[in-house]
Amino acid sequence: MLDFSKNYFDLFSLPVGYTVDSRSLAERYRELQRVMHPDRYANATEQERRLSVQSASLINEAFETLKDPIARAGYLLTLHGVEIDAQSESTQDMDFLMQQMALRETLEAIPDQPDPYEAIIALRSMIDKRITDLVAQMAVHFETPTEERLEAAREILRKMCFLQKLHAEAERVEAALEDELN
Amino acid sequence: MALLQIAEPGQAQAPHQHRLAAGIDLGTTNSLVATVRSGRAETLPDDEGRHLLPSVVRYREGTVLVGYDAKRAETEDPLNTISSAKRLIGRGVDDIKTLGSRLPYRFVQQQTSAPRIQTVAGDVSPVEVSAEILKVLAQRAEDTLDGELSGVVITVPAYFDEAQRQATKDAAKLAGLHVLRLLNEPTAAAVAYGLDQGAEGVHAIYDLGGGTFDISILRLNKGVFEVMATGGDSALGGDDFDRVLAEWIMQQAGIDSDADHAQLKRLMHAGCAAKEALSEADETSIRVVLEDGAHWEGGLLRSEFNDLVDPLIKKTLIACRRALRDAGVTVEEVQEVVMVGGSTRVPRVRERVGELFGAQPLVAMDPDRVVAVGAAIQADILAGNKPDDEMLLLDVIPLSLGLETMGGLTEKLVNRNTTIPVARAQEFTTFKDGQTAMAIHVVQGDRELVSDCRSLARFELRSIPPMVAGAARIRVTFAVDADGLLSVSAIEQSSGVQASIEVKPSYGLTDNEIETMLRDSIAHAGEDKRARDLREQQVEADRVIEALEAALAEDGERLLNQEERRQVASALDGLRSVARADQRQVIKAAIAALEKRCGFYVERRMNQSIQQAMSGHKVDEFE
Repeated sequence: MLDFSKNYFDLFSLPVGYTVDSRSLAERYRELQRVMHPDRYANATEQERRLSVQSASLINEAFETLKDPIARAGYLLTLHGVEIDAQSESTQDMDFLMQQMALRETLEAIPDQPDPYEAIIALRSMIDKRITDLVAQMAVHFETPTEERLEAAREILRKMCFLQKLHAEAERVEAALEDELN
Repeated sequence: MALLQIAEPGQAQAPHQHRLAAGIDLGTTNSLVATVRSGRAETLPDDEGRHLLPSVVRYREGTVLVGYDAKRAETEDPLNTISSAKRLIGRGVDDIKTLGSRLPYRFVQQQTSAPRIQTVAGDVSPVEVSAEILKVLAQRAEDTLDGELSGVVITVPAYFDEAQRQATKDAAKLAGLHVLRLLNEPTAAAVAYGLDQGAEGVHAIYDLGGGTFDISILRLNKGVFEVMATGGDSALGGDDFDRVLAEWIMQQAGIDSDADHAQLKRLMHAGCAAKEALSEADETSIRVVLEDGAHWEGGLLRSEFNDLVDPLIKKTLIACRRALRDAGVTVEEVQEVVMVGGSTRVPRVRERVGELFGAQPLVAMDPDRVVAVGAAIQADILAGNKPDDEMLLLDVIPLSLGLETMGGLTEKLVNRNTTIPVARAQEFTTFKDGQTAMAIHVVQGDRELVSDCRSLARFELRSIPPMVAGAARIRVTFAVDADGLLSVSAIEQSSGVQASIEVKPSYGLTDNEIETMLRDSIAHAGEDKRARDLREQQVEADRVIEALEAALAEDGERLLNQEERRQVASALDGLRSVARADQRQVIKAAIAALEKRCGFYVERRMNQSIQQAMSGHKVDEFE
C-alpha cells in the first residue's frame, strides 16, 4: 500500500523542487493510478478496496498539487516549514496593488466594451501572462531556499493568489457573456 | 523450498475463472443491457429480438409489467404506469414540482422528502420503479448467458449529483444486483467508441438522452480515459422536445392546460411522433383526438420545429462552452465530437453542435446502444476477466461539494471537475464550553448560497469530549469514491475520540427505509431475509478466500517468509472452515479475524505494486 508519510514528490519519484517536468509527472500519475485505482480492486476484499480508494485519493491530491504552479508553491513552502494562509494574507507591494486595481477596473468595464467577448479574452491572457511571470520568479527562489528567499517566495505566492482570484472572476464574467451570446 | 499446500483438493479455483458480468444503461426513456461474449461487447435482445426496453413500469394489483407491455398502457392507465422514473430518482418532492408540474402522477405527501407515487399496488418510490427495470434486464442477461451475474456496471448521467447516484445504487441493491461501478454515460460511450476506433487525443462526448444531457471532455491516451471536465443538465432531454411540441399542439388546438392525464400523455406521444418524423422529412402532419372525441389536425414544418426546440439546444451549447473552459481546451483542440443518445438523431441538434465545434459530429456508432456497450466492456474488466487489460478510467465529480457556513453561505470543499476518488479533511471546533455535538450540512452545487445548491445530507457529530469552547479540534474527512458517492468520518484530534456520525440524507432513503423495502420485496419473492444476508456473507467469504489464494499463488513465495506463509495459511484455513457456516455473524467475525492477521500481507502487496510501477524511475535520473 501507499506510504502516506511520503511527500508528494517522493510519491512520483520526482526531485523536490519548484520546476517540475509536467510530462513525467503526468506519466507517473497514470502509472500509479493503473496499479492503485479502485477499478483494479473491484473484485478484491473490502479491506483492499478501502486501501485502494485511500491511495488513489492521495495520488489524485498529490497530482493536483504538483500540477498547479500556485498549489505547488504553497506545498513547497509547507515542506520548508513555512506555513502560509495565502488566501487571507495580502501583499504590501504598492505597485502590484495598483496594477491589480487597474486590472479590476478593466474587468468591471468589460460589459461596456464594443466587443466585450474579445476584451475578456484579452484580459484573461494578460492575467495568465502575469501568473507565468511570477512562476518564473518563483522558481529562482526555490533553487537555493534560504530564509530570505523563502520569504520572497511567500510574497510571490500572495500575489499569485490575487491573480488567481481575479482569473476566477474573469471566468465568471466570460460565462455570463457567453450565456447572452448564445 | 516447497510451496505450502494452500488449497484443499477439489477446492482450487481455476486461475482465470470467467465471471459473468453485464453493463446496464438505465435510461429515462429506454434501457439496455449488454455483455461481452467471445471478446465482443453487444447489447442483448429480448425473446422477440428487441434490444431496447422501454423504461416504463405498470403497477397492477398483484403484478408488475415492465417495458413494451407497460408502455402500451400509458394512455389508458396513466396513474399506474410510471415512465421517466429517472427524472424523479434521488430528488425531493419540491424539486419535482419545479421541474415538471405536468407529470401525471399522484404524489404522496409524507414526512420524508423522497417522493412516493400512489398506484393500485400501493405507494412506490422512483427507486423501486427503477429496481423493477433493472430486474428485467438482469434476468435477460442471466437467461442469455445461462448463469448468475457476479456483478453489473450501471451507467448514470455524468451530471447526476450524489443523491441521484446513491438512489440509483439503492435501486440496484433492491434488485439484488452487485454493483461493480456506477459509470458516467459519456465515459461509457467514450470507452466503446475509443476502443473501437483506437482514438487518441481530446474528444468531446455530447450525450442527449430522453431526460438528461451531458457533455464530457476527455483525453484519450494509450488506454487511459481521462475526463477533463463534464457538464450538463440532469433534467433536459428529448422528453422536453416532446413537451414543447405538446404545448404547441395545445395552443394550436385550443386545449386547456388543465387537460387530464390521459390527454397529456396522448399529446406527448403526438409530439414525440412529430419529432421523429421531422428527423427524416421536412414537414409532418399531426392528428390528435380531443376530449370530446373530435379530432384536431395540423401541419408542422421542420423549420418551425427548429424554432421551437432551439432554446433547449441553446442550453446544451452553453454547457458545452463551460465544459471546454473548465477543461482548459479550445474548440480547435477537440479532435472529434461524438454524438450519443437517441435525441442526437434530431438534425437540428447535429447542426448546432457541428457549428459550435466547427466539425461534423461523429455518429459512427448506434447512439442508443453505445453507452450499454461501453458499460459491458468495463464490467468485463472489473469482474476480473481481463487481468492484463491496460484500460483505466479517470472520472470527475460534476458539481462542487461544499459545507454550509454562517449566514447560509457555502464553503467549497471539493471543486467541480476534480478527479475522483478524492478525500478532503476539514477541521471544526466547538462554539460553547462543554459542547458535545455539532451539526454539519453538506451541499452540492456551484452557487454561493446554500439555498441555491442541492442539500445532500445533514450530519450530526456526537460524543465529542467536553472541553472549553474552541479547544476541541474535530477533523472531518469527506471522501468521494470512484462511484461519486460521499462518505464522512470524524475524529477529535486532541483526544483521538472517534465522533459518531448520524447521516440524514436530504432526499435519499435512509438505511432503514432500504432495509424495509428489501424485506418487503423479498417477502414477495417468498425468500427469507436472513437467508439472503447469510448468502451474501458466504459470497464475501468466498471472495476473500479466492483473492488470498490468488495472491499467494502469485507472490506468496516471494513476499512472505516461511513463518508468515504459515500464518496466512492458517488464517485462511480458519475462514475456510466456517465459510459455509449457517450463521452470518460467525462468518463475518472470521473474515474480520483473517483481515487482521493478513493485513500486513495485503499492504505489502499493494506497496509492491507501487514500487513496480515506479521502478526504473529514480529521483537521480534528473540530476
